[in-house]
Amino acid sequence: MQTDIRMTPGRRSYVEEPADPQQTRNRILQATAFAFVVAYPFLDLLFGWQALLAFIPMMLMITLALGLNIVVGYAGLLDLGYAAFYAIGAYAAAFFTSPNSPLASVLPGSPFAWMQDFWVSMVMAVLVAGCAGAILGAPTLRLRGDYLALVTLGFGEIVPRLVKNLEPWTKGVKGMSPIGRPYLFGCQFGVDPCEILGMKLKLGMIPYYYLTLIVGAISIFAIIRLRNSRLGRAWAAIRDDETAAQGMGINPVTTKLWAFSLGASFSGATGAIFGAYLQTISPDQFEYSTSVIVLCMVILGGTGNIWGVMLGGLLIQSFDRIFAERLTGWVHKAGALTGDPTITAAFNSFDLLKSRLLVFGLCLVLIMNLRPQGILPNRKRRETALTDLPEDDVAPDEAVMIAGATVPTEKPR
Amino acid sequence: MLTFEYFLQQLVTGLANGMLITLVAIGYTLVYGIVEMINFAHGDVFMLGAFSSVTTLQALGAQAVKRVANKDQPPIPETYLWLVVALITSMVFCATLNVLIERLAYRRLRRGSRMAPLISAIGVSFILQNVGIYWKGVSPINFPRYIPQIDLVKAFGIDSFVRVTTKDVFVFVVTVPLVIALTLFIQRTKLGKAMRATAQDRDAAQLMGIDINRTIALTFLLGGALAGAAGLVSGLYNNTAGFQMGFSYGLNSFTAAVLGGIGNLNGAMLGGVFIGILGAMSDGYLDARWTPVVIFGTLNLVLIIRPSGILGQDLAERA
Amino acid sequence: MTTSNASGDVVLDVTGLTKRFGGLVAVDSVDFQVRRRQIVSLIGPNGAGKTTFFNMVAGQYEPSAGRVVFDGKSLHGLRPHQITARGIGRTFQNIRLFTNETLLENVLVGMHSRLKSGPLASLLRLPSQRREEGEAREKGMALLHLVKLDQYANEAAGNLPYGMQRRLEMARALASEPQLLLLDEPTAGMNPQETVNMISLIRRVRDEFGVAVLLIEHDMQVVMGLSERVTVLNYGQKIAEGTPLDVQRNDNVIEAYLGRRHKRPGDEEADGGTH
Repeated sequence: MQTDIRMTPGRRSYVEEPADPQQTRNRILQATAFAFVVAYPFLDLLFGWQALLAFIPMMLMITLALGLNIVVGYAGLLDLGYAAFYAIGAYAAAFFTSPNSPLASVLPGSPFAWMQDFWVSMVMAVLVAGCAGAILGAPTLRLRGDYLALVTLGFGEIVPRLVKNLEPWTKGVKGMSPIGRPYLFGCQFGVDPCEILGMKLKLGMIPYYYLTLIVGAISIFAIIRLRNSRLGRAWAAIRDDETAAQGMGINPVTTKLWAFSLGASFSGATGAIFGAYLQTISPDQFEYSTSVIVLCMVILGGTGNIWGVMLGGLLIQSFDRIFAERLTGWVHKAGALTGDPTITAAFNSFDLLKSRLLVFGLCLVLIMNLRPQGILPNRKRRETALTDLPEDDVAPDEAVMIAGATVPTEKPR
Repeated sequence: MLTFEYFLQQLVTGLANGMLITLVAIGYTLVYGIVEMINFAHGDVFMLGAFSSVTTLQALGAQAVKRVANKDQPPIPETYLWLVVALITSMVFCATLNVLIERLAYRRLRRGSRMAPLISAIGVSFILQNVGIYWKGVSPINFPRYIPQIDLVKAFGIDSFVRVTTKDVFVFVVTVPLVIALTLFIQRTKLGKAMRATAQDRDAAQLMGIDINRTIALTFLLGGALAGAAGLVSGLYNNTAGFQMGFSYGLNSFTAAVLGGIGNLNGAMLGGVFIGILGAMSDGYLDARWTPVVIFGTLNLVLIIRPSGILGQDLAERA
Repeated sequence: MTTSNASGDVVLDVTGLTKRFGGLVAVDSVDFQVRRRQIVSLIGPNGAGKTTFFNMVAGQYEPSAGRVVFDGKSLHGLRPHQITARGIGRTFQNIRLFTNETLLENVLVGMHSRLKSGPLASLLRLPSQRREEGEAREKGMALLHLVKLDQYANEAAGNLPYGMQRRLEMARALASEPQLLLLDEPTAGMNPQETVNMISLIRRVRDEFGVAVLLIEHDMQVVMGLSERVTVLNYGQKIAEGTPLDVQRNDNVIEAYLGRRHKRPGDEEADGGTH
């Protein structure tokens, strides 16, 4: 009767998922995407796309979304103040490396001068953001979901305001600038010419591109490993049913704390790179809308599925950084083509950049109402549900049961 | 300008603001009491209420604006009529808007996870803010000065730095009757009873023949109407309105609702007045730029220490 | 199996356990023991306090009074996850599987307290973590094999039909290597055939794993066919205790189930019809 349900009886290689065509296709897709991303700076130069500068913040934001996905997608905790951790990471790195930071008068010449190195500051940013996540999480994680969301929202509002108000340390609304650049193989990122192996090269922002790419790739790698670990399973269990998870020996508080803290540490790394790339950070970059945009990326693509999150991030970021502007330009051009001054004026008043938050808002409402699981739903909910199976496929005879015969031969009913 | 009088002055401002916060907070608390969702867009409905009031008032009497622009002059009698019209328009507008939002953005999500309606509400909040931007622009607009600012303390012949103006009184004249009317509605009427029953146990209420969809729509309607009233009053009180006022006012009001015990009407009032005063004190004694930090700090502390709030009980038990 | 009566043989020792909800006393100073490898049933009419009793043993509720000693140590003040780690596994009355996860993952979640790898070990895929993970999967598959669900190991648990979900929940509870298994109505909603199979599964689990089993059950066929001892609760109080036969003949029990009118000593049919 149900021969078509792919069931391979007995013990197989269950450690690895079986290779099916779908998966092979995914692998090919992934490899192509990876090759494209690696070769992109050269393609960009070759074809003159001039989108490299849009790609770097885009990839940073996607990495940020991957970090938030741990909190929202894996552990099921709604975090509305994720940008606060991003801010904490960025400011932590800037504190160590910026000549304008209060530490700049202390560190040079001291035994801690090595901390002014970008790479050290990045590690510090990861640690500081991770600790901030744990500190915020510890008292709040026993709260119910929507209350937790509000606590994070409050935290997300407090952090940028503290940054604004604590001017002596943070330089207030003006922000901190410049920020220490990464330095590798005799090349200072973003400063031309670079001298590598005696060759003078004009690299522009390409080193930042690869730095972002590598950090992003490491994040993906780490997240996949975490997802398939004891901790990752505990996250899923807590998300699905906290009471049952506790009954399985899972400590809900530490499990959530790990999610919060690890998620925050990803934003620490991105914050550090973001600051070095822009060479300036200010509190308005880390406001509520940033948190919501990142949340939007996670939800649009498919909460809990990293490929979905990346897709969602790519869609939203490419809209935000590339298409909104170009679309607006096209509309204006189209208006000019008509030659009619009133139409031209009407077309010119159209500005997608101004209404980007409207687009994100619509996006959130529509996804929640029409496809709450996102574009690429989380995992393996198969189309062919097993509900067609007989109620109980165990052979009726108790003796057979005890003998442990496995393969259901015929279906009663 | 001495300490006690300064304190009294902040108290007066705080009380007036607190009443406005209460009106918005009731919207949060009613909705939470019934559908257990944080209607994140509620503050933005309030903002659009203020915008609609501006539009109505401008349409009704542009010349009257000029007459009362000199703030110490008593307004011409028609002004009162226009104010009533603007109040009703704003209340109807916001009530309709809120019901529409519930129907379009929340209703389908009622049975799902707690997160889904909250996320949807965040989306609605962004949409409404953009509507606000399209309507009145990005920078704050001036609100017509319909309410004269006459110092009543001086008028009574008392010499003091403390000013209690006709504006402060106006806030109470509008908000207090509304709050009383709402309380009576919920306690005395059949529809109010249906609301309380739904808040206590939705399934049981349904079994008793209560139309859940209609009751929930009614809740959004009432909340929206109060937000509309608050929009007008806050505009007239502060003489300014901007698309971001929904977010900040909304969070203050939400803090008030949580502080009082979300789902509890008396709690919303208590919390509203408390947050209003707290904000005024922070403005007066710290610095206005610290006020949001103080308010959000309070929100977080309350959520962490006593998430059920001061009067943390069900709407049904304490309405 | 249950030979010795020495006190060291007692795996669960409950004394004076009480739970009050406001004015209501849901469980009223109940004394109760389970011995190693024993199958004990807790029965009683609806609302008798059985699930409340369970939830106190499992740490979901804090007792208002009394104490629970498990394996010689008090469980006082322990959180549910700590109690699971001590060796009490459980299933839920209204099945609570992790429906989005695969069957194998469900069982692996059950092993949580027996696995050690932390996040760092998982990130670095240390050899110890890989070994542990491999062994856990082997063991998980063996457990799925035991409940005859191994061929669906990579399906989402939510896709399983009801009866299979009950078996999966059993495998998941066993994965925590319990010494005592709490089963809350393991055959609720099952057809007679499934019920028979579940009875033999429970017995087999006891024999193979050496666990003690404490079950709440309404189906008297299951209770009488399976348990070595039966405890009856009514209005939160223990009204009878003994072998299935003793309990069946107990006046209090008959009265509790059928009311005073039917009271007739020795009426064995009386218990069969309750549901």
